Amino acid sequence: MSVIYVLLAISISVALVFFVAFVFSVKSGQYDDAYTPSVRMLFEDELVGDLEENEAEIIEIKQSKEQTNIYGNTTI
Amino acid sequence: MANMRCYHCGDDCNRTPVLFDEKEFCCNGCKTVYEIFTSNGLSNFYDIEARAGTTPNEIQYKYDFLDNQDIVEKLVEFNEEGVQVVNLSIPSIHCSSCIWVLENLNRLHSAISNSQVDFPKKTIRVTYKSQDFSLKALVLLLSAIGYEPYISLEEYTRKNTKVDRSLIYKLGVAGFAFGNVMLFSFPEYFEVEEFWLDQYKPVFRWLMFAFSLPVVFYAGQDYFISAYKGLRSKVLNIDVPIALGILTLFLRSTVDIIFDLGSGFFDSLTGLVFFLLLGKFFQQKTYSFLSFERDYKSYFPIAVTRLNANGEEENIQIYKIKTGDRLLIRSMEIIPVDSILIKGNAEIDYSFVTGESNVVFKASGEKLFAGGKQLSGVLEIEVVRSVSQSYLTQLWGNSIFSKDKITTFQTLTDSIGKRFTIGVLSVAILATVFWLFYMPSMALNVFTAVLIIACPCAIALAAPFTLGNMLRIYGKHKFYLKNTNVIERLSKIDTAIFDKTGTITTTAKDAILYEGIELTEEEITLLKTTLRASNHPLSRSLYEILKSNAITTLDEFQEHTGKGVEGKLNKHTIKAGSASYVGESMPKLVSDTAVYISSDEDFKGRFVFKNKYRDGVEDLFATLGKTMNIGILSGDNDGERKQLQGILPAKTNLLFNQKPKDKLDYIKHLQKDHSVLMVGDGLNDAGALAQSNVGVSISEDINVFSPACDAILDASNLTKLPAFLKLSRKSIQIIKLSFLLSLCYNVIGLYFAVTGQLEPVVAAILMPLSSISIVIFTTLCTNFLGRKLK
Repeated sequence: MSVIYVLLAISISVALVFFVAFVFSVKSGQYDDAYTPSVRMLFEDELVGDLEENEAEIIEIKQSKEQTNIYGNTTI
Repeated sequence: MANMRCYHCGDDCNRTPVLFDEKEFCCNGCKTVYEIFTSNGLSNFYDIEARAGTTPNEIQYKYDFLDNQDIVEKLVEFNEEGVQVVNLSIPSIHCSSCIWVLENLNRLHSAISNSQVDFPKKTIRVTYKSQDFSLKALVLLLSAIGYEPYISLEEYTRKNTKVDRSLIYKLGVAGFAFGNVMLFSFPEYFEVEEFWLDQYKPVFRWLMFAFSLPVVFYAGQDYFISAYKGLRSKVLNIDVPIALGILTLFLRSTVDIIFDLGSGFFDSLTGLVFFLLLGKFFQQKTYSFLSFERDYKSYFPIAVTRLNANGEEENIQIYKIKTGDRLLIRSMEIIPVDSILIKGNAEIDYSFVTGESNVVFKASGEKLFAGGKQLSGVLEIEVVRSVSQSYLTQLWGNSIFSKDKITTFQTLTDSIGKRFTIGVLSVAILATVFWLFYMPSMALNVFTAVLIIACPCAIALAAPFTLGNMLRIYGKHKFYLKNTNVIERLSKIDTAIFDKTGTITTTAKDAILYEGIELTEEEITLLKTTLRASNHPLSRSLYEILKSNAITTLDEFQEHTGKGVEGKLNKHTIKAGSASYVGESMPKLVSDTAVYISSDEDFKGRFVFKNKYRDGVEDLFATLGKTMNIGILSGDNDGERKQLQGILPAKTNLLFNQKPKDKLDYIKHLQKDHSVLMVGDGLNDAGALAQSNVGVSISEDINVFSPACDAILDASNLTKLPAFLKLSRKSIQIIKLSFLLSLCYNVIGLYFAVTGQLEPVVAAILMPLSSISIVIFTTLCTNFLGRKLK
C-alpha cells in the first residue's frame, strides 16, 4: 500500500505544475485585460499582426544590447 | 431632409450635410475619416458597428512639442534600434469598431508594425519603426481618424508603476490549498473504521498542514497586518476577529494533529481565507480609464512654444519656463503661467478657474492668469511667475488635498466588528469558565471552538459584495465611484451643494437671445454664410441656430482675429463680432457674452448667449429638496438669481461671487453639523470637492477633465442623482440585513461550540455555507435594486 506515497507525490506535483502555470500567466499580464481578446477573436481574418513577432524583435534587440555591453566594445 | 444621420459618427447632419460616395456626413472631418478608411481597405469599420466613428478635432500646432526628443523619450516605453513602443491613452475608444480599426493601424502606415488595444483601460500600445515615422506622426494620424490621444503633464511625470497583482496570487494560493485540503480531509468526514485509512491518517493530516502554511502566512497576512495596526492604534476593526479566528483555527488544528486529537480544521481555515480574499477581489473594481486624483497638472499642456531672443519658436517643457520668457499662445490653448500680455487680442475664458462663465477681453500690458483659455488668435506673453507659483496652483497648497477621506471615516463593517469582537470574546470566556467547573478537560476545546465558529467571515463578506456590486451597477449608469467606501459616505448625506456654471447649466451656451432691430431674410442668409467660414466657438453656435437654408458664395470674407468676421456680397456688408469692432459704444452690461451685428456699417443688434439649465434640473431639486438641504455656490455674479429662485425649493441658500477658497470654507462651515455632498465641475470647485464628505464631479465627457473627486457623473445622468443617493442608503440596509443573517448562522454555530460538540465536519459545512449564502443574498438584492434604475 505504500504505493500511495508515490501516487500522492505524483498528484501533488501535477497540481503544483498547474499552480506555477497560473502564477506565470498572471505575471505575464494575461489577466490584465479580460475584455479586448473576446472582441478581437470575433473579427474575421483581418490581418492583425502577429504579436509574438514584435515582442520577439524587441527581446532580441534587448538581448543583443546586453551582449554588447558584456563585451563592452561596440556601441549601438 | 429631416434628421439625416452622419454615416461615420451618427450625429445629426443639421441642414448642411456633406455628401460623398452617396453617403451623408455631418462635417468634412467625418468625410475625411471615411475616405481614409475606405481607401485603405478598412471599410469593414462600418460593418462591425454602424455609425461608431468620432469626429476628428482640428489640430494644427498642438503636438509640435513632440518634435522635442526629450519629451518623446519620456513618453515612449521602448526606444532602441529604430523601434519605438508607446502606450497612449485614447479616451474615445468605445466599441468593437474602435478596437478593430486601431488594431489595423498598420494598413494606414507601413511603419506601424503592431498595435494592441486594451479596451477597459482605453489605451493602445503601438510598435513602430521610428526611421521614417515618429511619435508626432503617429499622434497626428490617430487624431486624423478621430482617435486623439490624451497626453498630459500628469502622464508625463508619472512613474512607470508596477501593476499590483498580489491579490490575485494570494487568491490563487488560497484557492489551490482550499481545493486540495478539501480532498485530503474527505476520508475523515465519514469516520469510517477502515484499516488503511487509519494507517495513512497522519500522512494526510500533515499534508493538509503543509498546504495551510502558505495560506496562513502568505495569503492571510494582510489580515494580521491590519489587525496589528488596528490594535496598536487602539481600534477594534473587523480584521481583529478575523485574524484571531485564523490564528485560533491554525493553532488548534496543529495541536490536534500533533497530539492526535482529531483531524483539525484545515479545510475550514483555507476555505475561510479563500472566501475572504474573494470578497476583497470583488471589491477591487477600479475604473482605470478614469482618474480621480487629477489636479491642475492634467489640465496643462506638456510643453509650450517659447520665443527665443532671435524670435525663433522652440518647444520647451512647461517646468522649464522661467520668469521673463516670451511665450506664444495659440487659439484654444491654455495659458500655463501668470503673465503679461505683450501682443495680440486676448479673449480669455477663465470659467475653469473662477467659475465665471463670460469671456474676458484684455489689451496688451494687462495681466493674464494661469488656467485661462485663449479663444481665438495668437498671443505673445511675458512670464511673470513660474508654474508652481501661479495663482491657480496655489489652491493646491491647501492641506485638504493631502488628507485622505477614508482614514477619517469609520466604516459600518468596522463599527459592527468592534461590538462583534467584544461579544464573541465574552461568550468564549463565559463558556470556558462554565466548562472549567463542569469538565475542565473540555475548557480549552470549547474556547477555541467558539472563536473558530464565530469568525465573522460572513460579516466581512457582506460589505464587499454588496458595495462591489453596487459600484458596478452605478458604473453601468455612468456614475463612476472611486471606491466602495464612497457608497457608505453617500448614504449619510443630508446636504447637497451645487456649483452653478457647468454643473446645473450646460457648458454649451445654448440659449441665444437677439436684442435689437430685426434682421431681414437677406441679412440672415449673409450672416449665416459669413459665420460658416469662421471657426470661433461663438460663431459656430450662432451658425447652428440661424434659420436659413440658402447658402451662397461670398464675394469677400475677412476674419479679424479677436475682433470678428466680415462678409461681403452684392455690395452688402455684414459684420459680426465684438462691440468695438462693429462700431457700437461699450454696452451697458459688460458681463454678458454677446456677438454684435452690423449691416452696411449700421449697428443692428446683438445676440446674447445665455447658459441653459440642464433638462430635468427642476425635478432634481424638487426631489432632493424633500429629503435634504440644498445650496448653490457659484463663482458667477448674481444675474441669474431670479431665474434660479424660480426652479429651486424656497429655502435654498444661494451664494454668488464665490472664489474657490470661499467655496471650501463654506463647505467646512456646513460640515460642523451636516454631512455634505458637493457637486461641481471645474478647477474652481476642486477645493470644495476635496473638503466635502462626497465630492461628485459632473462631466459632459468623462474622459476629458474632472478635478480631484470621489465620483465622476456623466452629465446626462445628473437627474438620476436622487436615485443614486437612495440606492446607497438601500445598500447599507442590505448590509445590515446580511449582518442579521450571519448572526443567525453564528448562533447555530455557537450552540455547537458552547456545548462542546463542534466537529470538523460541522465547521466545514457551516462556514462555507454561511459565506456563500451571504454572497448570493447580497448579489440578488443589489441586482434587484439596480433594476429599478432603468
